[in-house]
Amino acid sequence: MSSLAFKNLSLAIIRGFVRDKASVFFAIVFPLMFLVLFGGLFGDASTSRVEMIQVGDVAFIDQMPRAEKATFEETFHITHSDDLEASVAKVKKGDADVAVEMRGKTLIAHYTQTDQVKAAVTQGVLRAFVDSTNLALSGKPPTYELQAERVEDDSLKVIQFVTPGLLGWAVAMSASFGAAATLNGWRNSKLLRRLQLSPVPTGTLVGARVSVTIAIALTQMAIFLGLGAAAFGLTLTGAWPVAIPLLVVGTLCFMAIGLLAGAVAKTTEGAVNMANFIVLPMSFLSGSFFPLDAAPAWLQGLAHVLPLWWLNEGMLDVMVRGESATAVLLPMVVLAAFALVVTAIAAKLFRWETT
Amino acid sequence: MGAAIEVVDLAKSYGELRAVDAVSFEVAEGEFFGILGPNGAGKTTTLEMIEGLRQPDAGTIRLLGEPPWPRNPALLPRIGVQLQSSAFFERLTAREQIHTLASLYGVKAATADDWLERVGLVDKADTRVEQLSGGQAQRLSIACALVHEPEVVFLDEPTAALDPQARRNLWELLSGLNDSGRTVVLTTHYMDEAEVLCDRVAIVDHGRILQLDSPASLVRGLDAATRITVAPGQLSTQEALAISGVDDVTEGSTGLVLRTRQPAVVLSALAEQQHLAGVQVQTGTLEDVFLSLTGREYRA
Repeated sequence: MSSLAFKNLSLAIIRGFVRDKASVFFAIVFPLMFLVLFGGLFGDASTSRVEMIQVGDVAFIDQMPRAEKATFEETFHITHSDDLEASVAKVKKGDADVAVEMRGKTLIAHYTQTDQVKAAVTQGVLRAFVDSTNLALSGKPPTYELQAERVEDDSLKVIQFVTPGLLGWAVAMSASFGAAATLNGWRNSKLLRRLQLSPVPTGTLVGARVSVTIAIALTQMAIFLGLGAAAFGLTLTGAWPVAIPLLVVGTLCFMAIGLLAGAVAKTTEGAVNMANFIVLPMSFLSGSFFPLDAAPAWLQGLAHVLPLWWLNEGMLDVMVRGESATAVLLPMVVLAAFALVVTAIAAKLFRWETT
Repeated sequence: MGAAIEVVDLAKSYGELRAVDAVSFEVAEGEFFGILGPNGAGKTTTLEMIEGLRQPDAGTIRLLGEPPWPRNPALLPRIGVQLQSSAFFERLTAREQIHTLASLYGVKAATADDWLERVGLVDKADTRVEQLSGGQAQRLSIACALVHEPEVVFLDEPTAALDPQARRNLWELLSGLNDSGRTVVLTTHYMDEAEVLCDRVAIVDHGRILQLDSPASLVRGLDAATRITVAPGQLSTQEALAISGVDDVTEGSTGLVLRTRQPAVVLSALAEQQHLAGVQVQTGTLEDVFLSLTGREYRA
């Protein structure tokens, strides 16, 4: 009887969820909109080239050997012009990043400091090419050589970083909103009392609600990773499957936060708003929307007391940073501890009567 | 027949407020028992203690011979509860609702469908609970309370917030609930409802039982005057006062109102004088009982 009760209770909760358009929107569609936004917005950022206008003949570029020209054009997108003044004006307006001309043996680059990264790239790359050309003309073999290798995986793009963070935010929202609305709504409608008076053990009821929430979280994960991989070139690193148990513990932790909101608030809307009030600022402070690397030290320190930061870090470690499976252990312990403490507080504050 | 419910010296306080104060009563098996009183009289608190949802401060309760507190899983399949019409799973249809609740008791879906038919909701089986009218939601709620054929069923204000027509429709359903020997306990703040449905009624106010008896005995014991209204122009006030048994006469908007404690004598006198056309007879009601017990007008 109990397993049938479990099945039917779960089914009732799932039906209630999928028929609630607002819940489905906030659990799945809304976070996906951010994924598409971030994936599309920053997807090309790392590949955009420096716009260069070549004024007149520039022997340095025109006579470059084929292989080096190809490398050069990886950095610069070259257009030609014969009008120096017009070209410099274009750079000033920001339509181009640099205009180059040749005066005798001097290569002159007119660049703008507006985009500091591109300005630095322009100067550095041009200087490097000039130096290596001089060296080649002298006929001596180079004494030192530089071989630059990036430490990150080649696939490291913005999508790699935003997917785990946005997934963390999405799961935090749906788990906490769901728990808050269920506890508060069922108490107010007396359904909780009604179920208490049925012979079904409390564990079966709680188990059904928790199972449905975890199933929703894993569905969110599948959709995020699937869409990220299919549409934005997301590639996961080796130990990513351990993100599944991590996400399950994270879900329990945010359910606990939802229970707290549901226990304290008088109305169901109030409970969901309270959960949002906790989760949304936490998402910003936990690096769900942008990395915290540039944030001041005190803020980064503060992030360490937020459960979502631990969930995000754990997922980043195993899903994109290529860390081993053990990287999720500490985050899982921290999240489980949060879940236990917050649930205990919620149980302490819960009142059957709302007045 | 034994007692389905025995309550002795039950008490519950919330802070300073004595919600239930030294309440004792018994409900016999198969009886339709009413707890009647205004809002805040302690009806729901009493009911919730009997159901096992609340721990009493003092007193003992035996429900089908067993203590209901703490949560007594052996007792739960034997009782049915209707709490309020909104105690449903969100966004389920009427059929899904009763199927889910039935499965909690190990009751087959076909039995649940039978109950939908018995409460007249077959047409609404695929309607979501949020779209049901107040009366339909109450019917579904009652069907959900009865789907596992409990021996005792508790109905907490099943007709609250319904319009008069819907209330009377629901009475037809409710009045048959104890036919098969089931015990029914109903709380209400409607006097007429208690009069129509209940075998015995406990009138409660401020957490205490003021009186407990059958509605007819309560009214009889009241010794309240019967009001006989005679159509205008039939009798003068002097002629009316001359009839033996008439205590006093007032002129009302619908005619002359004769108050009497011997209605049979007065009515036969009126019959002899051919004044019966358009006569209205109003006997005492539970409202009069409440008025005489508390000294104040009954307000739901």
